[in-house]
Amino acid sequence: MPAIVTASSLTRRFGRLTAVNALSFSVERGEVFGIVGPDGAGKTTTLRMLTGILEPSTGTASVAGFDVGRESELVKERIGYMSQRFGLYSDLTVMENITFYADLYSVPVKGRSEAVGRLLEFSNLAPFKDRLAGNLSGGMKQKLGLACTLIHKPLVLFLDEPTNGVDPVSRRDFWRILYQLLREQVTIIVTTSYLDEAERCSRVGLLHNGALLACDTPAQAKERMRGAVLEVRTPDPRRAAGLLRGHVEAQMIDLFGDRVHVATTEPGQAAVQARAVLEAGGLEVQSIRRIEPTLEDVFVSMLSRAEEEGDGRRG
Amino acid sequence: MNLTRIAAVARKEAIHVLRDPRSLGITFAIPVMLMLLYGFALSLDVDDLPLIVYDQNATPASRDLISHFTGSEYFTLVGNAAAYRDVQKAIDAGDAMVGLVIPFNFEQLVQAGRPAPVQVLIDGSDANKAITARGYAQAAAAAYANRTLVNEMLRGGMRAPDPPVEARPRVWFNEDMESRNFIIPGLIALIMTVVGALLTSLTVAREWEQGTMEQLIATPVKRAEFVLGKLAPYFVVGFCDLLLCIILGRYVFDVPLRGSVLLLVAVSLVFLVGAMSLGMLISIATKNVQLAVQTAMMATYLPAMILSGFFVAIPNMPGAIQLVTHIVPARYFVTLLKGIYLKGLGLRVMWFDALLLVVFAVIVLGLAIRKFRKKLV
Repeated sequence: MPAIVTASSLTRRFGRLTAVNALSFSVERGEVFGIVGPDGAGKTTTLRMLTGILEPSTGTASVAGFDVGRESELVKERIGYMSQRFGLYSDLTVMENITFYADLYSVPVKGRSEAVGRLLEFSNLAPFKDRLAGNLSGGMKQKLGLACTLIHKPLVLFLDEPTNGVDPVSRRDFWRILYQLLREQVTIIVTTSYLDEAERCSRVGLLHNGALLACDTPAQAKERMRGAVLEVRTPDPRRAAGLLRGHVEAQMIDLFGDRVHVATTEPGQAAVQARAVLEAGGLEVQSIRRIEPTLEDVFVSMLSRAEEEGDGRRG
Repeated sequence: MNLTRIAAVARKEAIHVLRDPRSLGITFAIPVMLMLLYGFALSLDVDDLPLIVYDQNATPASRDLISHFTGSEYFTLVGNAAAYRDVQKAIDAGDAMVGLVIPFNFEQLVQAGRPAPVQVLIDGSDANKAITARGYAQAAAAAYANRTLVNEMLRGGMRAPDPPVEARPRVWFNEDMESRNFIIPGLIALIMTVVGALLTSLTVAREWEQGTMEQLIATPVKRAEFVLGKLAPYFVVGFCDLLLCIILGRYVFDVPLRGSVLLLVAVSLVFLVGAMSLGMLISIATKNVQLAVQTAMMATYLPAMILSGFFVAIPNMPGAIQLVTHIVPARYFVTLLKGIYLKGLGLRVMWFDALLLVVFAVIVLGLAIRKFRKKLV
């Protein structure tokens, strides 16, 4: 299947800062491509270049067969873009916002009401169609944003952290809608900082300092993780993490909710070491067990390795 | 260009206007306030100048002279001074603007046929008024002198001579010389400028600040569609403001409208397009509401106020400033408005000014569309 989105050496500089550095990847039709990475990694800048609203400094990208630099207006006709900040008009009603975008995308009036009805239906916005967008909850706002970008049946959908700050139930709803779209062969490129959402993607690119560290299916990414992950439970996970960082050799020691995850190539030895360190520090060890690495483990350990290498180079 | 998209942008913008009653109120309050404020408070007519008299002579002759001052509409007697000091005090305090000091031997001198100097003190802190006051005072004194001379000759058995030259002024276009009659047409130019540029200077910048622009520039809407659609509802508001001004001028201020109402409206709408496009251009360029509003005020209100010929006559300006006025579109608009209102002129005389307004509107609108880029940064 041909790639519907390709980026080659895509670069964007703001003054002396390189926000996106020589990014190359391609996305095939019908994929959900996730871009994950910490704040400031260049996720938003990447999406802005792919949607034709930000000129690349160097490099090129094509979306739906058109160059995002030279043919950006043709790209815009074929895509949907939902910016990170709520970009709809809060003094317009749900219906008025949808109609506005339908008109801008020249959606034919014939059959439009069915299309709008369907969108309102599966986003559960139908009962609120006359409510001002500004009075919607966060989750409903995001669903309205999605409805407005879907009204013209885009080939590629770009979503910039669409579920940021949205409650878990609305997030699930949101993904349910996205999965329905995939059946209609829509390609989705989504940035997220939630790694459980990244697990739902067909492929995930990890962005760090504007460069792609890895680009894999979630399963492959996990396989690539060297060694194993230990989950340590103690009454004071914050202190535990501190103690472990000082005394245990590991690729990553990090807090995950009320647990500490330790990624290491020598799980047996590390488990013994960890128990000794924590007990010497006066902390009760409730359990230490080996677990399946999550995508988060994989990325956090990759990121900390990248940071160390970066430090090494600088030092 | 796609009419549906222009209409979509226009409808959306109209909803913003209608759902914000406070801003909508301001768009009508500004013209009414400016009309009432300038129309009533700003009078350039100089009459009823407060006069204080120090008559040291107190004779029929001196009282006759005084009546030449107070008998005109230009002076109003506010007090009689008992000492020279009182005249000074009254002028210092601003109670009087003109002081008339008549010497103790006034009648003697007049009767002896010798020059009788009287002192006229004028508060010169308002130079324009002072110049006019000086003119009035000289005229009043001259009239008295003239009559005294004529009386003298008649008494001596001579025939009173006809004055060798007598100017008979006739004022055209503003027969009663009411300053209001030229302030109101100029005011319409000022209001159209302010309303036009102020309303539109907010709109694009607000979309950038509220984050709605990023979403909008990712759609296929064309630049011209966006700018024209945005202008449309403000154009309607500006049109209502214009009608409001014309009605206030006619029925509240009794300003005669001698030319064609249709031409007046047509010319004003052309100017409105230019003013609104300028506001839009500023909004597009600054991307910041506060900066846009301030820039719009600086770029439109001040020139329209000072350089348009509304307030200060252009021929009275220094040469360099006169040159600058040529690039102020309000100048041509003011000329047109005064021509239509007071002289009843049509395009046959004023076609060039009208053409310049069209050129201005087209250029600024074009610039606004060009300057609007569907890109971030």
